[in-house]
Amino acid sequence: MATATKEPRGAVPHPDLTQLDQVNRDVLKTLGKPGLVWWLMLGLCIAGIGMLGVSWGIQIVQGIGVTGLTSPVGWGVYITTFVFWVGIAHSGTLISAILFLFRAPWRQSIYRAAEAMTVFAVMTAGLFPLIHVGRVWHAYWLIPYPNSRFLWPNFRSPLVWDVFAVTTYFTVSATFFYLGTIPDLAAARDAANGFRKKLYKVISLGWRGTDREWHHFGKAYIFLAALATPLVLSVHSVVSWDFAVSIVPGWHATIFAPYFVAGAIFSGVAMVITLTVPIRKVFGLEAYLTTKHYDAMAKLCLLTSMIVFYAYLSEFFMAWYSGEEVERAAFWARLFGHYWWATWIMLVCNGLVPIMLWFKRVRYSIPALFTISIFVNIGMWFERYVIIVTSLHHEYEPFAWGVYRPSMVEMGIMVGSFAWFGFWFLLFTRLIPVVAIAELKEVIPTPMRGAAPAHAGGEGGEG
Amino acid sequence: MSETKGILASYEYVDSAVNAIEKLRAGGLKKITAYMPYPEHLIEDALGYDQSPVRVWTLAGGLCGAAGGFAFTAFTSMDWPLVTGGKPILSMPAYVVISFEMMVLFGALSTIIGLFINSRLPYLKPMVVYDPEFSGGRFGVYITAPPERLDEARGILQGQDPVELREDSAGVAHAS
Repeated sequence: MATATKEPRGAVPHPDLTQLDQVNRDVLKTLGKPGLVWWLMLGLCIAGIGMLGVSWGIQIVQGIGVTGLTSPVGWGVYITTFVFWVGIAHSGTLISAILFLFRAPWRQSIYRAAEAMTVFAVMTAGLFPLIHVGRVWHAYWLIPYPNSRFLWPNFRSPLVWDVFAVTTYFTVSATFFYLGTIPDLAAARDAANGFRKKLYKVISLGWRGTDREWHHFGKAYIFLAALATPLVLSVHSVVSWDFAVSIVPGWHATIFAPYFVAGAIFSGVAMVITLTVPIRKVFGLEAYLTTKHYDAMAKLCLLTSMIVFYAYLSEFFMAWYSGEEVERAAFWARLFGHYWWATWIMLVCNGLVPIMLWFKRVRYSIPALFTISIFVNIGMWFERYVIIVTSLHHEYEPFAWGVYRPSMVEMGIMVGSFAWFGFWFLLFTRLIPVVAIAELKEVIPTPMRGAAPAHAGGEGGEG
Repeated sequence: MSETKGILASYEYVDSAVNAIEKLRAGGLKKITAYMPYPEHLIEDALGYDQSPVRVWTLAGGLCGAAGGFAFTAFTSMDWPLVTGGKPILSMPAYVVISFEMMVLFGALSTIIGLFINSRLPYLKPMVVYDPEFSGGRFGVYITAPPERLDEARGILQGQDPVELREDSAGVAHAS
């Protein structure tokens, strides 16, 4: 914007990085012995998982009645948190696959953390359908299999689409994540010794970085990115159709698919900022995750915030403009009814707070971005709460209106899900290089002895 | 083949490795393996790579997945017809979602299988012809040649100022 540079527009130089093996030294030192803070956080997360386990145990033993879910609000905190985590996952795939296809130069140093976030967020989201079905031992009924009653799932239901979309998403994003780590695990293997060397030797599949390996790896990576790109858009569209295909006022809207996808990327980018700021600080990766990277993420946040806020306003406008009494009443209840506070938290956190990102000084200030990202995380959780709970509590018939209050069990499971996610993410930071070593070397200067080699002149490759 | 021997040279600079590869290939010595810490296109070009057959795996997997997904949804609805609102039993638009997801799933998994087969991963043999520096910052060129041409190959590799030159008397990497 204001800074004039010699580099092509959008290029993010890593000015402090000149040597290839310096990247290995800097990144691989994050895999060393964890400090006290890490152990404390891990302990906290394990305690949180314990809370999740106890809460879920209570629900399994006593039944789904221990939740606040009852008529008319049959979907509450569980589905809210499910949609929240699926949404968080999306920006990881956006950064790793979509920005890869667009050759965005700021992607290299953040995509590993973002992709790990995707995998763990889908793992967290995947718990909630199991929790929400109540009798978890029957959860396999979701999967189509030839059962003794000769019944098949009804494939016209978006809930069945969701099973396919989320399991495919988990499989593909985990595969994509693992594939990308293989060369870096080999680098970790070459630097490690003892037990760690043996571990990395196995999980790096004997990667040597030969021309044959890299050639096919590069092509496979492009195809996987090309498959993951429409997948990420489809998954949250399908999640949004869980709502939009029904006739509940507040849900039955064609805007839902793009609105959900934008919201997912908005919340996910915020979560990437929330997660990478401490990593950058603790591991001293300032040369890798520069303020320019955060500027780029902040711009993405700002763009998606505007799309999401536009969608909010358009929903209110359509409710008023349609003249439909039920729709109008539902949206009036959303703003001024029993759950007014949730709606206003959503509007302020997702629409008003990100306005600060218009200022360059805010985009370049890491503490400011961190704070805003927390607001966005909170706001996006409440967005799903508002969509799900306020729509259900105020449907067509006044006698069927009712209020939902989450129980302690539900809150325990919701908070515990953050611990479950944090647990995996903490393990990730110590086991897998948090910055993609091999890919980063593509954006730092190529070591050349002389000028460009003679044959390079006539090459027309897309490089 | 048991007569062939190998030489492994490590270079600090990309252009040294590229020059060595080009000279070896020009001299008819084509049993080359290059090692690089990141996918360097100059080296791939010097080795004359073209398209990768992995793309066929992606296409085949994707088509099978899409067809399979559609066939499965169509079969299950015909197997137990649920007539709702007088609409057709085969409600295609709904099945597109499942077909699409299955296309992505099978396309991705078959891409991975194609990658493993084509790049010969996982590599389970002992890593004799390898240097831990190749995952750091060095570029390796490994050549196997019959004994009478070995000196010529060594000369070419030596000519580009390698950091290290290692003889491999068994010629392991290309032995199979």
